[in-house]
Amino acid sequence: MTILSELLTFWQAQADKIGQQTLQHIGLTAASLVAGVAVGVPLGLLLTRRPRLAPWVLGGAGVLQTIPSIALLGFLIPVLGIGPGPAILALFLYSLLPIVRNTLAGVRGVDAAVVDAARGLGLTDWQVLRRVELPLALPVLLAGIRTAAVINVGVATLAAYIAAGGLGEFIFGGIALNNPAMILAGAIPAAVLALLFDAALAGVQRLSGRRLAWAGRALLVGLPLLAGLYLLPRAASKLLAGFSPEFVGRSDGLPGLRRTYGLHPASVVLAPALVYEAARTGDVDLIDGYSTDGRIKAYDLRVLRDDRHAFPPYQAVPVVRRQTLDEHPELVPALARLAGQLSDSVMTELNYRVDLKHETPRAVALDFLRRRGLWHEPLPATGATIRLGSKIFGEQYILAELYAALIRGYTHLGVEAKTGLGGTSICADALRTGAIDLYPEYTGTGLLVVLQPSPAVLDSLGPDPAAVLGYVRREYRRRYQLEWLEPLGFNNTYALLMRRQQAERLGIRTVSELSAYLR
Amino acid sequence: MPTTDPVIEARNLTKHYGPHAVVQDVSFRVAAGQTLVLLGPSGCGKTTLLRMLNRLVEPDIGVVLVNGHDVRDQPAEQLRRGMGYVIQQVGLLPHYTVAENVAVVPRLLGHAPAAIAARTTELLGRLHLPPERFAGRYPRQLSGGQQQRVGLARALAADPPIILLDEPFGALDPITRASIRREFRELPELRRKTMVMVTHDVTEAFELADQILLLDAGQVQQLGTPRELLLRPANDFVRRFFAAEQLGLQLRALRLADIMAELPQASDTIILTYSESDTQPLSLTATIQEALAQLGQAAVPSLGESAEARVWVRPTETAAPADFLPLTYATLMAAFGYAVRRLGIEQP
Repeated sequence: MTILSELLTFWQAQADKIGQQTLQHIGLTAASLVAGVAVGVPLGLLLTRRPRLAPWVLGGAGVLQTIPSIALLGFLIPVLGIGPGPAILALFLYSLLPIVRNTLAGVRGVDAAVVDAARGLGLTDWQVLRRVELPLALPVLLAGIRTAAVINVGVATLAAYIAAGGLGEFIFGGIALNNPAMILAGAIPAAVLALLFDAALAGVQRLSGRRLAWAGRALLVGLPLLAGLYLLPRAASKLLAGFSPEFVGRSDGLPGLRRTYGLHPASVVLAPALVYEAARTGDVDLIDGYSTDGRIKAYDLRVLRDDRHAFPPYQAVPVVRRQTLDEHPELVPALARLAGQLSDSVMTELNYRVDLKHETPRAVALDFLRRRGLWHEPLPATGATIRLGSKIFGEQYILAELYAALIRGYTHLGVEAKTGLGGTSICADALRTGAIDLYPEYTGTGLLVVLQPSPAVLDSLGPDPAAVLGYVRREYRRRYQLEWLEPLGFNNTYALLMRRQQAERLGIRTVSELSAYLR
Repeated sequence: MPTTDPVIEARNLTKHYGPHAVVQDVSFRVAAGQTLVLLGPSGCGKTTLLRMLNRLVEPDIGVVLVNGHDVRDQPAEQLRRGMGYVIQQVGLLPHYTVAENVAVVPRLLGHAPAAIAARTTELLGRLHLPPERFAGRYPRQLSGGQQQRVGLARALAADPPIILLDEPFGALDPITRASIRREFRELPELRRKTMVMVTHDVTEAFELADQILLLDAGQVQQLGTPRELLLRPANDFVRRFFAAEQLGLQLRALRLADIMAELPQASDTIILTYSESDTQPLSLTATIQEALAQLGQAAVPSLGESAEARVWVRPTETAAPADFLPLTYATLMAAFGYAVRRLGIEQP
């Protein structure tokens, strides 16, 4: 019941957005269907005249169909970039197989005697096709279009990953934020759309004879009109923003920016993995990212300074079990050697080498320690084994390698790495239950994801890194007997990024300046 | 053979499918108004041969001439629009009404709508499909026999001088088949048409053919009138092909003229004379079968010395009623028996 009321509240609050997404969704589906019919039906008819090509074409379309939709989008991005182009192309490719196959099957299913008689009476090949085969194949052909339509309504949700809009925006936001109401807010209209398309085409299919032919013609006119819906809601704006679904939904993400800066950029949603690429290629001008991401350097992006502190601090700190520290006090000085050693720019550099230069996290970590004079030959391991955890992205792998090297070099303890744990709550649970002994965490994440304090507490902490660290340290110790040690120095916070060149040209360095520019 | 120029002439037609020759070196001519029946067992190539006439199949070797012109001189569609085409499965367009089906070819030819409507009404009426009941129906609402009638009407709609028929009655039950065949034979439309019909039904062939082309394995076994095939079979295949239905075919192939010599002299015994109340006299061209059929319908006189059913024969075209000869079952069958023996036909 709570989900239902949350859902209704969400819809009420986001009514315009839902309406716009629904129109986009219908537009995407219809545009791809138009293309599918325009290519698929003639192709199917060609196959009826060149049956030797049929296995090849159907096989090819079948292979396309088996490519997972998300992978197909991935293939198309390097060629077509992001936005509606690749989305419609992908949907079009998916609609080909059912349309071509049913066109062929429909025409082949026409009674051979009828075709023979029609030819014998003196109908030309074209007349046989238009007056006999096509009308008689129409019910089967429409069934193919119907299948394609239902597939496309479903697959079109993925369009949200490549900035093509549609009902997938809320679905992916909801998945990223583990918010079922938000997922349903997009999924229910998508399901209803699929049912409506299905029912409408089923109704057309049930018509007979002349009325069917009329309905077919109406469809040919109607679909492009529906496709036109897609063009309606595109807003004009000075800059186009591309945000990942999680950023759009998280209270410390876009909503926070709105509250603090009154920032309302025209925006599209796209997959987190594509955000940086989209900024680099100029598909979008403004993106969300992490302040230590290696691609900031690689793609020559500028982090806009959060001058009014909309984003909470995310200092990186090793979190360790109290019990482990008590049993192995020599761990504390070993781990402390890294405290304050990693500034934002240093961490960005290390991430860049791993994420973009494809060096191994271990090589990068050891190189860093050597240059800082922190490297020490491993001591013979005689004591217990320390289990090191990390989350599943490059920065965490590097940090885990740094700690592993320090523990081996400065203590007699063994190290077992349990890297690549799925997410914050998995790491936190593993640490609490003793499956791991330590992992690097960020203060803001510990605060918002694990502790989840009341808004009043959040307000009282404000943007002060020391206050946030103090609060999580206190609460972790009290609730879980876990210790936050000394910060590593960098702050991996949410950040707004622009291409450096554009930002310089527009004179934008801070979020306030951006907000002023957009106004 | 008729002396006029043939309407359809096939010269040395040959067709291979792969290494297999389905039609080998077949030639024939059909004169105006004549009916040629392509007869033979299943798979003998008769349908392929028929389809070469309207270019649904193109021969590997040989030519087809229609009215003296090579059929390849004009587009296939145009050729076909000038030939009615009836097939066993009928092949009515299921999404067209009966009237629309009949109107297909006239519409292709650009006839005026009013003329098409009048023609459709006329044809449906003549084929015992009252237009007010049937014109608006769809093919699936008709019985097999009704569908085939529509198929015939469709072939005749544009009044083509040539009609091609591929087992037109093959899919019908025996009773429907006999009645449609009778209607077909009596249809005034068809009297003037030059027709080529495929069948494997020997009786049907004898009933409708002026000429029969008997095929086996793609090769002509014999080409001639039904009577020639029956009385002078060219080879064993021809003889065997007709063996099973010999008697029935003989009844259809022999005419009264053939048996006149064997009839008993009526003046020997009792003198009977034709009166106006008797049935129409038969001409010498009537078949034995037709004479038997008329005998079957004749009333048996209740009085007189000869209480037998009787029909009359007009011995010459100009004979007066006084010279008409009476026929009874006994005299007819006796004469038929003598005639068969005289003509040297072997009994099965």
